[in-house]
Amino acid sequence: MNNLAWIFISSLLVNNFTLAYFLGLCPFFGVSGRLVTAFRLGLANIFVMVITSLCAWALNTFVLVHAPYLRLISFIVVIASTVQFVEMVIKKLYPALFRALGIFLPLITTNCAILGLALFQTSRGYGLVEGLVFALGGGGGLTLALVLMAGLREDAELSDIPSMIRGTAMNLMIAGILSMAFMGFAGLFSSS
Amino acid sequence: MAERDGGDIYREFAKGLWKENPVFVQVLGMCPMLAVTNSAINAVAMAAATMFVLVGSSFLVSLLRKVIPKQVRISTYIIIIATFVTLADFTLQALSPSVHKELGAFIALIVVNCLILGRQEAFASRNGVLLSVLDALGMSFGFAIALLCLGSLREILGSGSIFGFSLCGPHFEPWVVMILPPGGFFMLGAILLFFGWWKEMKAKRRDSVTGRVA
Repeated sequence: MNNLAWIFISSLLVNNFTLAYFLGLCPFFGVSGRLVTAFRLGLANIFVMVITSLCAWALNTFVLVHAPYLRLISFIVVIASTVQFVEMVIKKLYPALFRALGIFLPLITTNCAILGLALFQTSRGYGLVEGLVFALGGGGGLTLALVLMAGLREDAELSDIPSMIRGTAMNLMIAGILSMAFMGFAGLFSSS
Repeated sequence: MAERDGGDIYREFAKGLWKENPVFVQVLGMCPMLAVTNSAINAVAMAAATMFVLVGSSFLVSLLRKVIPKQVRISTYIIIIATFVTLADFTLQALSPSVHKELGAFIALIVVNCLILGRQEAFASRNGVLLSVLDALGMSFGFAIALLCLGSLREILGSGSIFGFSLCGPHFEPWVVMILPPGGFFMLGAILLFFGWWKEMKAKRRDSVTGRVA
């Protein structure tokens, strides 16, 4: 149990996917313009991550034992089909959200966070439950980073910033400061 | 193809180096970019692996571009890319186990580098084999320049060495944050800031020149 809590907190805060591992930077900079959209993209990411984690576990246990060299290809195919499925569901149920996310919804396929999750899960030898907790923590961390970034950027829109810095350079600086703040969580577990 | 002269071919190659540099101008492929550039040697390994994958898959995609059905093209590209990445992964593991260990999952994550898929979709699927390979070469050299630039700057500031050779002597107090994750964001931010400043200066100079002439 303690182990599961550690995996969750570690992937949520200490080893945050976006701010410590640099995974999923494209949506992090691309969709963090508005708070609501960022939050919903985060939720879509969590969903895809949970499904991917399940599939990766099943593949690792039943199929890839016999053919480990197919790991990368089979993971990416599973992720692509999951994303396609999520895209269809969102298009049917929330057309407005579908338009707001635009190109970044299909691009979840090439979001390194998702593939990274499946690969880390494999290399650390997580089982089914540990994998699911890892997916929830990682997805939560991704959402947290997206929402924080979007909030900061919404505020920065209104402040007086030199035109030269505006855009990617400013976003990178904000991300650097956020990442530095998250490094503070590294001391969270060392004493216990 | 016949009407293309040498200059055209050269241009396809050279545009990736500077004018359309994938990192500094298009801001693509940032995830591996920031994650592995904490030392110059990692940056070189990453750049070489990316170059192999990009050139290989551009070659194959442009060769097969008339055969691949339009509806499933993205999945086909991804599978082609994944095949080359698997090759690169095993090759690096055989050649240099220590670098492979340090780069960890990031070699496998070349699959989802937006730069590679972007070039397949934007260029290789519409052009011939020769031009696509040249375009891929140019882009990966541009990527390599950016990686090396960031990697060596971070290594010099963060551990006072380059390619593992000490530069500043034993009394150098390393700026540790530069090799930690935040340093990657700060350094790339600073480089982009420099490019923004440079572009603005150039525009200003051009304006003043044309203003004088008029």
